[in-house]
Amino acid sequence: MTSPHLLWLLSGVAGILILASIVGEVLRQRLSPDGGNPVIENLNARITAWWVMVILLAIAFLAGKTGVVLLFALCSFAALREFLTLTTHSRADHWSLVACFFVVLPLQYYFVLIDWYGMYAVFVPVYVFLLLPVLSALRGSTKDFLVRVSETQWALMICVYCISHVPALLYLQIPGFEGRNVILIAYLIFVVQLSDVMQYVWGKLIGRTKIAPTLSPSKTWEGFIGGALTATAIGTSLWWMTPFTVVQAAGMCLILTLMGFFGGLVLSAIKRDRGVKDWGHLIAGHGGFIDRLDSVIFAAPIFFHITRYFWSTT
Amino acid sequence: MILSPRSIAALFTGQAISIFARFMTAPRAIWQGIAPEQHQRVYFANHSSNGDFVLLWTVLPAPLRRQTRPVAALDYWLKSPLRAFIGRDVFNAVLIDRRPEARTTDPVAQMTEALDQGASLILFPEGQRNGTDAQLLPFKSGLYHLAKARPEVDLVPVWIANLNKVMPKGEIIPVPLICTLTFGAPLHLAPDEAKDSFLARAAAELLALAPASQVQE
Repeated sequence: MTSPHLLWLLSGVAGILILASIVGEVLRQRLSPDGGNPVIENLNARITAWWVMVILLAIAFLAGKTGVVLLFALCSFAALREFLTLTTHSRADHWSLVACFFVVLPLQYYFVLIDWYGMYAVFVPVYVFLLLPVLSALRGSTKDFLVRVSETQWALMICVYCISHVPALLYLQIPGFEGRNVILIAYLIFVVQLSDVMQYVWGKLIGRTKIAPTLSPSKTWEGFIGGALTATAIGTSLWWMTPFTVVQAAGMCLILTLMGFFGGLVLSAIKRDRGVKDWGHLIAGHGGFIDRLDSVIFAAPIFFHITRYFWSTT
Repeated sequence: MILSPRSIAALFTGQAISIFARFMTAPRAIWQGIAPEQHQRVYFANHSSNGDFVLLWTVLPAPLRRQTRPVAALDYWLKSPLRAFIGRDVFNAVLIDRRPEARTTDPVAQMTEALDQGASLILFPEGQRNGTDAQLLPFKSGLYHLAKARPEVDLVPVWIANLNKVMPKGEIIPVPLICTLTFGAPLHLAPDEAKDSFLARAAAELLALAPASQVQE
């Protein structure tokens, strides 16, 4: 599944990370020689984690469709584990929770793998939506029933349904773009994550006006606008490796950065409600899988459907 | 260490159980009151599932893990050859007899013997799995007798959160949820501290480590 464009994009990302690693090391020596500055330590932990994530993604790209589907199925698993840890459930939900992990998640990714669009597009929002509450209802406990089934459905939509649209991009059939679909995934993740990183950088540099102080103290208008514009500019400049024209790429990048921002906002609101700072602890410096994927979760289905509607023949 | 086929199988089984526990619970250790250092300790924890000691064992760094032995019920762990293999060979458990009328050796003597050999211990002072709505069952006196026999050893409270939801009593398939293990500051028996007040203090120190969301339930 390698194409020269993918190699260039990955080399570019590796270049950015090498630069980031050097900057991180210089900052460490200047400002935090004994590891005492938490911002610098967190920055370096984040950069190290980025290396691991990019290398894993590159390996999955090399392994082909199955590799990519498997990687995102595992991400879904970890995200779902984080989400359901924070939701309301009682002992009566045990079987429906087991079904989420060991039936719904594998089936959804299996439908993506065999390219059964008619099924994976409706499986979670229709079949699971209607059938899963039955499992909980049969156990007889009615306390908080609506809250329990709603939160479980939300967890599945966010962690399984939305994330599965990333590997689904591999199966779109775009005339003149055959064999290069992996670029769509790389492009989506690159633009969305670059926007996140640049929002963080702009926010740290000139961030003043908080967007939603009760929600997330680190989100500022300066950071958001600076990050979204930088990511859109860089994403647009890469239009030649996508199926889009310059103008289309710019519009797509704006949508991606906006959706990514919304994802961070909504998933922060859930964290606030549950009184936690991070979704998990497995990605050093970032928090959990959902902390890193929140923007991709919101951007992926929209990117998939716009691309499918306007460019794909399937 | 002598490498026999049995001990190699035990090593691999231990790793496999540990990896499975990580996959299901992504356990997170919070070293609040102590650092994960090479130091003889008795870890005492709340007991809601058979996976409790596996999880505690899993989050310990490998050098500490090798010298840490769970204290477990003999009647449960010798019931079948598989359990005996896991209990004795894999986890090197100190197997104690919970039935006072049947036992031939004193559990406290077994535990002090293990401590004198340099081992750290994992102990569940409630004596049985807690299937009730109460956060903790009353402590058995073993912890007190151990503290009295070896007053210099650190008694470290460890609160294991969420594992009862991963595998509620009576369920067969576990559901993957993140578990947190909070290690508190070490306790010692004060000079002329009475049994009941020591046990109450130990239970309170352990309970104080429970995450806020759990206390409300």
